[in-house]
Amino acid sequence: MPDSTAIVQGAEKAGHHEHPSYQRHHFETTAQQFDATNFAMWIFLLTEIMFFGGLFMAYLIFRNWYYPAFVVGSHQLSMFWGTANTTVLIVSSFTMAMGVWCAEKRLKNGLVWSLILTFLLGLGFLGIKSIEWTEKVEKHHVPGFHYSIQSFTNPASDPEVYNEYHDNPLPPDMAAHTQVYFFLYFAMTGMHALHMVIGVGILSVMIFRAWAGAYTGGHFTFVENFGLYWHFVDIIWIFLYPLLYLISRHT
Amino acid sequence: MSEPQAHANASPHGEDQHHIVSWRVYLVIVLILLAATGTTAAVSYIDLGVFNAVVALAIGVTKATLVVLFFMHVKYSTRLTKLTVFSGIFTFLVLIAMTLADYITRAWGSW
Repeated sequence: MPDSTAIVQGAEKAGHHEHPSYQRHHFETTAQQFDATNFAMWIFLLTEIMFFGGLFMAYLIFRNWYYPAFVVGSHQLSMFWGTANTTVLIVSSFTMAMGVWCAEKRLKNGLVWSLILTFLLGLGFLGIKSIEWTEKVEKHHVPGFHYSIQSFTNPASDPEVYNEYHDNPLPPDMAAHTQVYFFLYFAMTGMHALHMVIGVGILSVMIFRAWAGAYTGGHFTFVENFGLYWHFVDIIWIFLYPLLYLISRHT
Repeated sequence: MSEPQAHANASPHGEDQHHIVSWRVYLVIVLILLAATGTTAAVSYIDLGVFNAVVALAIGVTKATLVVLFFMHVKYSTRLTKLTVFSGIFTFLVLIAMTLADYITRAWGSW
C-alpha cells in the first residue's frame, strides 16, 4: 500500500519538501519512515528468534536424550502459577495493543493508562516468576553444588508432587540428569524474564514520556515498535508454557 | 473479524496512509487467546499419549500466529514486512529440521 503512494508523492514534491518535524529529512514521506523503522524492528526480532531458537533446540534434544529426567523435572512445576502467568502475559499483550491503538488515535490518557496497566502486568508476571524460582531454591533444584536429587530418587519424600503424579524412583544417574532440565528451565525462563525486565524498564520511561504527550502528536513509531517487542516476548512464553509445563504431565 | 475500519483511517491523522487496527479486533483476539490457554491447560490433564505434545504445540502455534498477524499487525503490513517475518520463521524451521536430521540419523544402522 504505502510503496506506490510514496513514489507518487515523492514525484510531486521533488526537491525540498514540507514535512512534519518528526520526519527525518532523508525520508520522502512519514509512511516511508515508518516502514523503514518497522522493517528494522522486525530484523532485530528475527535475531531474537534465532537466539531463543538455540535454547528451544537444546531443550528438544536433551528432552529426547534424558526423557525420564525431563518428565519428573517438569512435574516439579506448578500448573497453577504457569497458567496464571500465561494469562497475565496475554492480557498485558492486549493492554499494549490498546496502547498502540490509543497512540494512533492520539488519545493521551488512554495511552498512559494502557502503558501503566502493561507495566503492572509485567511486574505481576515477574512476581509470579519469583515465587516459582524461590520454591526451586528452597527444594535445592537449582543446578550446582547444592543440587539435590532426593525428589527423584525417592519421590515419596516430596509428597506434594508425589500425590499428584506418583512418579517411580529414578536410578541416581538418570536422577542427576534432572539438572539438565533445570539448567534449561532457568536458562529459558531466565532469558525470558530478562527480556521482561528490560521491557518493564522501557515502559517505566514511556509512561512519563506519554504523559508529556510525546507519542500522541502523530509520531507513534516508538510505541508501535515497543509493542512489537512486548508481543514477541509474549510469543516466547506462549511456547515455553507448553514445553516446560504441559507436555510431560503424563507417562 | 471482517475489515473493521479498513482503509478508513488514511486520513490526516497519524503517520499518513497508516492502517489503524480497531480495538474490537484486539478484544476478539485476546478472548480467543485466553480461551486457547484454558483449552490447552485443560487438555494437559487428559492422557493422550504422544498427542499431548502435538495438541499443546498446535495450540501454541495457533496462539503465536494470532499474535503475529493481529497484535503485531503483520496482516496489515507491507509485503516487505510479511516477507521478512516469513523468511525469518522459515530459516528457523530449516535450522531445526537440519539439526534434528543429524541427531535422529546418528544411530542409524546401530540396531
